[in-house]
Amino acid sequence: MSDMRNPLGRARGLGSAKAGTGHWWMQRLTALALVVLSVWFLITVLGLLHADYPTALATLARPWNAVLMVAFTTAMFWHAQLGLQVVIEDYVHTRWLETFLVVLVKLLAVLSVIAAALAVVRIALGH
Amino acid sequence: MAEFTLPKNSRINPGKHFKAEGAKKPRTFRIYRWSPDDGENPRMDSYEVDLASCGPMVLDALLKIKNEIDPTLTLRRSCREGICGSCAMNIDGTNTLACTRAIEDCRGGEVAIYPLPHMPVVKDLVPDLTHFYAQFASIKPWLRTQSPAPSDAERLQSPEERKKLDGLYECILCACCSTSCPSYWWNGDKYLGPAILLQAYRWIADSRDEDTGSRLDDLEDPFKLYRCHTIMNCTRTCPKGLNPAKAIAEIKKLIVERHSA
Repeated sequence: MSDMRNPLGRARGLGSAKAGTGHWWMQRLTALALVVLSVWFLITVLGLLHADYPTALATLARPWNAVLMVAFTTAMFWHAQLGLQVVIEDYVHTRWLETFLVVLVKLLAVLSVIAAALAVVRIALGH
Repeated sequence: MAEFTLPKNSRINPGKHFKAEGAKKPRTFRIYRWSPDDGENPRMDSYEVDLASCGPMVLDALLKIKNEIDPTLTLRRSCREGICGSCAMNIDGTNTLACTRAIEDCRGGEVAIYPLPHMPVVKDLVPDLTHFYAQFASIKPWLRTQSPAPSDAERLQSPEERKKLDGLYECILCACCSTSCPSYWWNGDKYLGPAILLQAYRWIADSRDEDTGSRLDDLEDPFKLYRCHTIMNCTRTCPKGLNPAKAIAEIKKLIVERHSA
């Protein structure tokens, strides 16, 4: 199809989505949360370097550790999803593939959050 | 996918070499050449220019080449003092104005000159800026008010309010920043790019303007605004020393401000 549209019409396109701010803001909030949570995560994991299996389980089962672990995995998968969406939107220009990939990433992120939370809850309650 | 390699008909071939016989102070300029008429691929022609009989700026060298060596060389230029933005091109690896870039500031031996990156080329060093200008028009870059103009005076502005336009009003829309931005390369069809966003902020920051809300409405979009990933190429390359990245950050801050956290 030849394009005889006026350049201004093309530039204005479908107009503003009046959206995107939530995405941008959550990317920053989750990043901030991850700064704190990653420090906790590294300290906890490094503390378990030479621990045996039951000690590791017991450490993770402690209420604060369980809560922070769920917070860490949730923030991480959320942040990863937001970031991957940006990468896909930047580089994948085939509309159906872009939509498919973004939806796929979102579903995988939700699934990962549920799986991680369930794993921690089982350890926390089963101990 | 975004295109990372040049299409076949855009691959650059080696071109002709023009020697300057008996030059006292020769310097070689490698220049991108492409014509829409001959069906050939682009090529890099190199020209030796005698700096002993040439002005100090890259534009001086380009005009000397056009006047004395090869009149087919095509470029835009007008004011030759950094105020019109016509001679924006990629010189020595950086988008800048040929008229304000000194030849002696270019590194190394040969000075490579290309048109502004990732734009359709009209001919040689002339890029097609149609879409860029249309994007500028799309932000309605003029004073928008609800109140009628005072009948016997200007709309007043305090010196402090006027100061907020410093660093914004100097933009000459040369497109150096937008064409240095990878986000604009990959998504320039929708992303407004640093130049247009700086211009949009110029009107948002103007105390006399009464349409800030709808200006922000028009910008609040995942592609028009939020393709900016603070890469900062725009600020680094601006030949006027402006900071488009900061203007974009200010827009984002204002949009956050009108939302609840």
